[in-house]
Amino acid sequence: MSATAMHDPSKTSYYVNDDLYDEIIAAFTNWQRDDLAVIDPVERDMFRRLLEQEARLLDKDQLEEWLKLFAAECVYWAPATVTGGDPRREVAISFDDRRRMEDRVYRLRTGFAWSQKPKSRTVRMVSNVEVFRTDKPNVRMVRASFQICEFRGFETRSLPGWAGYRYVEQNGRWEIQARQVNLLECDQCIRNPSIVI
Amino acid sequence: MLDKTAGHNRPGFNGPGYDYDYLIQDDRVHQSIYTDPAIFTAEMTHIFGAVWVYLAHESQIPKNDDFITTKLGLRPIIVLRDSDGVIRALYNRCTHRGTTLCRLEKGSAHIFRCPYHGWTFNNTGKLRNVPWPDGYASDFKDSKFNVAQVPRVESYRGFIFGTLNMDAPSLDDYLGPVKGPIDEWLDRHPGGKIAYCEANRLMYRGNWKLAYDNSCDGYHVVFSHRSLLDMENRLVNEADKGMSFYKGRPDSAPMYMKYFGHGHHFKDKRPNMEIKPGAMWAIEGPHPGMEHYEAELRRRFSARADEALDLAASEPVNINVFPNLSILGNHIQVIEPLNHYETNTIWYGTAVVDDEGVWGDALPLINALRMRTQEGFPNFGEVDDLANFEEIQRGLAAFEDEWVYMHRGMDIPGRISGDADGVITAPATDEMFMREYIKEWKRLMQTEPNIQIKREP
Repeated sequence: MSATAMHDPSKTSYYVNDDLYDEIIAAFTNWQRDDLAVIDPVERDMFRRLLEQEARLLDKDQLEEWLKLFAAECVYWAPATVTGGDPRREVAISFDDRRRMEDRVYRLRTGFAWSQKPKSRTVRMVSNVEVFRTDKPNVRMVRASFQICEFRGFETRSLPGWAGYRYVEQNGRWEIQARQVNLLECDQCIRNPSIVI
Repeated sequence: MLDKTAGHNRPGFNGPGYDYDYLIQDDRVHQSIYTDPAIFTAEMTHIFGAVWVYLAHESQIPKNDDFITTKLGLRPIIVLRDSDGVIRALYNRCTHRGTTLCRLEKGSAHIFRCPYHGWTFNNTGKLRNVPWPDGYASDFKDSKFNVAQVPRVESYRGFIFGTLNMDAPSLDDYLGPVKGPIDEWLDRHPGGKIAYCEANRLMYRGNWKLAYDNSCDGYHVVFSHRSLLDMENRLVNEADKGMSFYKGRPDSAPMYMKYFGHGHHFKDKRPNMEIKPGAMWAIEGPHPGMEHYEAELRRRFSARADEALDLAASEPVNINVFPNLSILGNHIQVIEPLNHYETNTIWYGTAVVDDEGVWGDALPLINALRMRTQEGFPNFGEVDDLANFEEIQRGLAAFEDEWVYMHRGMDIPGRISGDADGVITAPATDEMFMREYIKEWKRLMQTEPNIQIKREP
């Protein structure tokens, strides 16, 4: 149990501290290595299924269900630079903790989020799923390419990119501890980025 | 009742030019200033070619030979510090065939070699050499082959501006009284300095002036940002977070706006709060890491912790420098027109730089918090404004319905006051700043600027 577990991460944010930033930055550095690739098709398929489930929940606007895929103390990080950088020293498109992810869903549910009124319709394609071991037996890193096709305002656009996931096996399941979303256009001006990407 | 001025025969469009006295009236403006591509083209000369336009911040080019690429209106520009440390704004255009010389967004270079035919220029803009010069009869020492540059480039406390107009006033005179709020904004930071730290970059399908019209608008807040206000206050009993001071009777709240001339204006929301350390931090909504870093700063600094937390909190001001720069909270927002109906708005994050070591090793804690506070508004506020700007642009396609109103607060005795310097003060929810800046826009559109470019001799 983490030292901060006495705090409800839906209400307060104690776990986003230097240790967490260091841990996340280290986890997302030099992790996509062939020597760490998981070959076992059963395990690979299990993670592929988790990503497909996530894409379905987002496409179907089941955001409350989507939140349940994450660990209690989690991060949803969309860098504004190709390298990702250190989020303590540069702003990101978003760097959400659990509470801010819940804020994000809450805002979209108010009925007054004009950027999502009417709501976007999306179809997400997920492919090129690769699973990598880490030095912890209960932690896996997963890379997947994605393309979000988003219909809104009488037209359909494409938001392609790749995502990195840090999955932790705890509470009897694999939970997303950190999700790094790398939009192809992360450092360019983006029109109406108001859906969960 | 029939509106006899509606349609293509309306008086503003008779004859060869535009009748700007018709298009810009005391209480309303014509929709065409947002929708007409010919007016947009004229703005690139009469507005962006005529005034001091914000180009870059010195923290983006900290060392000699550093450059960034940007635009002056639509003109592609390289803003750089040359090898001798002189800040210049070169046209990003080879003098040979017009090719852009530099395709990177930032970097460091003492020369620029054109990728097309290899003409090479020093970062002063001077032509250095041309491949196989024997094939030319011309003299390459002629200055006409040196890269064109913006003739007047000046900084104000780190903000780099340029103008092509030789008749424009000095930058100091152009900025005038808006320097007051800029100074106060900078001076709340140690050493009076900030540095850029990447950006939230957004684009909308609407005219660039819709963003400038909004930059001081206190009327839209509780409506356009209702979801943000609800979100920020969802976990507290007393809804006092964020911009909650706009609720109730914002017209008579102590906040105010000022118009400074030259199109610049300022909204000051600081009077809504008590003058004491920690007051700005107290109204911050929830942000990632907030409780941890607050506890850590309080542990290290006890009495001074509120001061540190206020540095991570958003300063409640809107400082708008016509035509393309806004200091909003801790952001530097830059407006980049793309065409008459598309605009980029770049929200540069700013970090505290502490050359004097006032905060010692706590500086990274302050900035770790400040990065997260700055992601809130672009994610949960600005997106809704941009959606509304896009819907204005769509609405204005109903072009026979000609007028857009900006008359809130007008003709109400005692509501608006002017001082001897020409500074005008009004409630923060009025549209006074729109009426005043658009008058300046009209004056500029009716004036021929003295546009020149410079080359190294």
